[in-house]
Amino acid sequence: MTELTQLTLSEARDGLRKGDFSAVELTQAHIKSMETNRDLNVFITEVPGLAIERAKEADHNRSHGKAGALEGLPLGIKDLFCTEGILTTAASHILDGFTPPYESTVTANLKAAGAITLGKTNLDEFAMGSSNESSYYGAAHNPWKRKGDPRYLVPGGSSGGSAAAVAAHTCLGAIGTDTGGSIRQPASFCGVVGMKPTYGRCSRWGVVAFSSSLDQAGPMTRTVRDSAILLAVMAGHDAKDSTSADMPVPDFEAALSGDIKGLRIGLPCEYRPDGLNSDIAALWDKGVGWLKDAGAEVVDISLPHTKYALPTYYIVAPAEASANLARYDGVRFGLRIEGESLDDMYAKTRAAGFGAEVKRRILIGTYALSAGYYDAYYLKAQKVRQLIHQDFVSAFENVDAILTPTTPSSAFPIGENSDDPISMYLNDVFTVPASLAGIPGISIPAGLSSDGLPLGLQLLSKRWDEETLFRVAGVLEEAAGFSGLSIGGEG
Amino acid sequence: MTFLIKGETETWEVVIGLEVHAQVTSEAKLFSGAPTYFGADPNSQVSFVDAGMPGMLPVINEICVEQAVRTGLGLKAQINNRSVFSRKNYFYADLPQGYQISQFDLPIVGKGTIVLDMPDGVSREIGIERLHLEQDAGKSIHDLHPSKTFIDLNRSGVALMEIVSDPDMRSPEEAGAYLRKLRSILRYLGTCNGNMDEGSMRCDANVSVRPQGEEGLRTRCEIKNVNSIRFVMQAIEYEARRHVDVYESGGEISQETRQYDSNNGETRSMRSKEMAHDYRYFPDPDLLPLVFDDDYVASIKATLPELPDEKKERFISEYGLTAYDAGVLVVERETSVYFEDVAKDRDPKAAANWVISNLFGALNKMGISITDSPITADNLGKLIDLITDNTISGRIAKDVFEIMLEEGKGPDAIVEEKGLKQITDTGPIEDAIGQVMADNPGKVEEYRGGKDKLIGWFVGQVMKQTGGKANPGKLNELLQKKLAP
Repeated sequence: MTELTQLTLSEARDGLRKGDFSAVELTQAHIKSMETNRDLNVFITEVPGLAIERAKEADHNRSHGKAGALEGLPLGIKDLFCTEGILTTAASHILDGFTPPYESTVTANLKAAGAITLGKTNLDEFAMGSSNESSYYGAAHNPWKRKGDPRYLVPGGSSGGSAAAVAAHTCLGAIGTDTGGSIRQPASFCGVVGMKPTYGRCSRWGVVAFSSSLDQAGPMTRTVRDSAILLAVMAGHDAKDSTSADMPVPDFEAALSGDIKGLRIGLPCEYRPDGLNSDIAALWDKGVGWLKDAGAEVVDISLPHTKYALPTYYIVAPAEASANLARYDGVRFGLRIEGESLDDMYAKTRAAGFGAEVKRRILIGTYALSAGYYDAYYLKAQKVRQLIHQDFVSAFENVDAILTPTTPSSAFPIGENSDDPISMYLNDVFTVPASLAGIPGISIPAGLSSDGLPLGLQLLSKRWDEETLFRVAGVLEEAAGFSGLSIGGEG
Repeated sequence: MTFLIKGETETWEVVIGLEVHAQVTSEAKLFSGAPTYFGADPNSQVSFVDAGMPGMLPVINEICVEQAVRTGLGLKAQINNRSVFSRKNYFYADLPQGYQISQFDLPIVGKGTIVLDMPDGVSREIGIERLHLEQDAGKSIHDLHPSKTFIDLNRSGVALMEIVSDPDMRSPEEAGAYLRKLRSILRYLGTCNGNMDEGSMRCDANVSVRPQGEEGLRTRCEIKNVNSIRFVMQAIEYEARRHVDVYESGGEISQETRQYDSNNGETRSMRSKEMAHDYRYFPDPDLLPLVFDDDYVASIKATLPELPDEKKERFISEYGLTAYDAGVLVVERETSVYFEDVAKDRDPKAAANWVISNLFGALNKMGISITDSPITADNLGKLIDLITDNTISGRIAKDVFEIMLEEGKGPDAIVEEKGLKQITDTGPIEDAIGQVMADNPGKVEEYRGGKDKLIGWFVGQVMKQTGGKANPGKLNELLQKKLAP
């Protein structure tokens, strides 16, 4: 049955429809893969028993003609989504033992469509990080390795567990969240498709908040089609999230026409700094060629405020996080370290419960919001954010999509950047601007670096135009002909 | 009415600004669907949002927005069609989110005014600086266990309107009048029940003093969370005198937050300026700016009731009441309704007199409100009718009123039952006069001998004889005639 894990999500969907195999068989195959890939540490919590139970239900539903859009398809869920009755950790010590009595809207949508949860995937603590190394449960490992180098590499972050789980075929697809690149960067590192929708496309209700104005859920899959299928189920207006948009959800899969003739694709000069990794520069050029070959028109554009994106992000996101994480105080749930007084209990609990990166961001954010600094930091960052948004608005007056690299490098060995926050933050330099602007972006695995690691190309479109994004991504995917890992394989 | 403190060296004026937290009358909380009943079991009205659970998001309750706009209109204030919710960050065990969602630089309501009618007949206009919406925190209960604190989150997330006045008040009396007037307006509008003893209305007082005639304001202290109007007035007076003492002994007042202890009537320091929180306000990214159009405001304005100031004017012009009587009658909406029911098709001055002089006094003594009055407006009106048509005298009416108060019956039934109908027939009165004269021949002699003042004595005796039922006019007329020599 191992070959069932080699199917894409859409193939598995079609196979179930045709009755080639059952949801139980499909789920069992993935549970087995989950077990054999435990060295990757991609799951914080596995729920094989629940998954089999759900698979039986799915088979029952199908035999009674009640199959949902994702009926019987096993998925990985980033452990930032609250899942009713299943431990939810945000990869933090401070949420020890927290089992939510509620289900996030996005996972509830997946459940309602018949999807099966295999487990909760690893991530950087509270989604803060680009390597998965800040997880209290230890870093997830990238299933890919450099040619001739046995060292484990990071899967990227923060949705590294989801990316690695999909790359290693332990699930048909997974969901992640992207705040500054947390879906797209690990997708690039692990050679999978990672999609961040428009801010407001998916409900944030029940997703442990990192930075409320940036957080957005999205699918992580092995193909663009799978991505479109998952997003269609995840998305939709939710009255419980005031920032969720009351917009119709298009049939994203239908957008995969393969026809991009006449589309205008922008190449922002700011994304080609001096010293850009030559593998990446070359891959980007190739991508341009593929799109031209498919009939698109490629034009040079400028996004002049790009260089301010990363510093802006590292004010806005930590500021919001400093308030969002105040509720982890040892009073009502999770970890509590008793103290002499209330303040002492807070200090001890939060000192023990949060890791170094989370503490760093809480401190940065608290500082940026402090009396006397607010105008210079937070207010200014918000103004710059507007300018960055305006850059994209202007650009999209002339182009339909923008093509850039996803990351400035390929995956790096675990531990290599962990003592240097700035170089870690630079991982997100190409993904952060779209997050600040709230526009959708997708990373497509497009080739390998000279040492054999996957590299992604990023496509961006204007708000609410995920259809164009999927359409161009489909063409790029086909032209790149990227082949992922075979099961449990070496890179 | 000036309130000045005579010190050793100067005469001092007190400057007062008040911040009132008024709980919005609404069935659900500001950002969650949890109910808001007073007195429910601890932690029985708490949603996941109110408990600050991970991933929970606030969604604005439109009823609370409407109530805030309604209140703003009642305060003749600027309504801001665009306002913003911000997070006010601080840690406390009964603040589950670790921040309070409030409004900071862009409140829903801007400048307005409240007119105070002081007892000396002077009107004072007090500026309203702003009104904003915010969440209440939960409640910490420290006295149930020697070493533990219990938390009740029922109040967590309940909608409050913080109403901030300008520093326009100059005496504790004005502060008291401001709170009473504000409460009256809120109750008229139905946007807050104004019950300070239930914590539905709480007051922080900002107090400073300055030598009479000095321009500019001196350092103020904020007295937090005082829970009755009387205590607010006491706390202000104490605090003002404390400031005067400090200045006159060569000291300086430092800005701080203070607490009023009603047991000894003193204020004491809670936290100094140095210890003051840095709340790190920033716009709440979970909420969009609150935006509505002029039509929305107009639709609320169209449903506004007649407010105390307008009603008072109408009572003066329509019923010919004195400003004082009209002012007293409009404080509570229920009272004004009661009065108008009584006054309908009757002499409004008599109606006002009965309501203010008799009914208020009696209800006060019984410690009940007008809505629980044993005498309905209808029955009080009927009582006045019985006087007007000479069925009973004013004196008997007072007795009937007492019985109505006790038994809750209508005046007709009581007059009938107790045989209190006024005697206007000449016969029985003449009989009674004859009897009194026959029993007191000496008094008759004295009167006839020129002692005119004895007439009062005779009236009393004859009244007594008739059980007080003799028509006083008739009695006088007949008595004069009979006693004439």
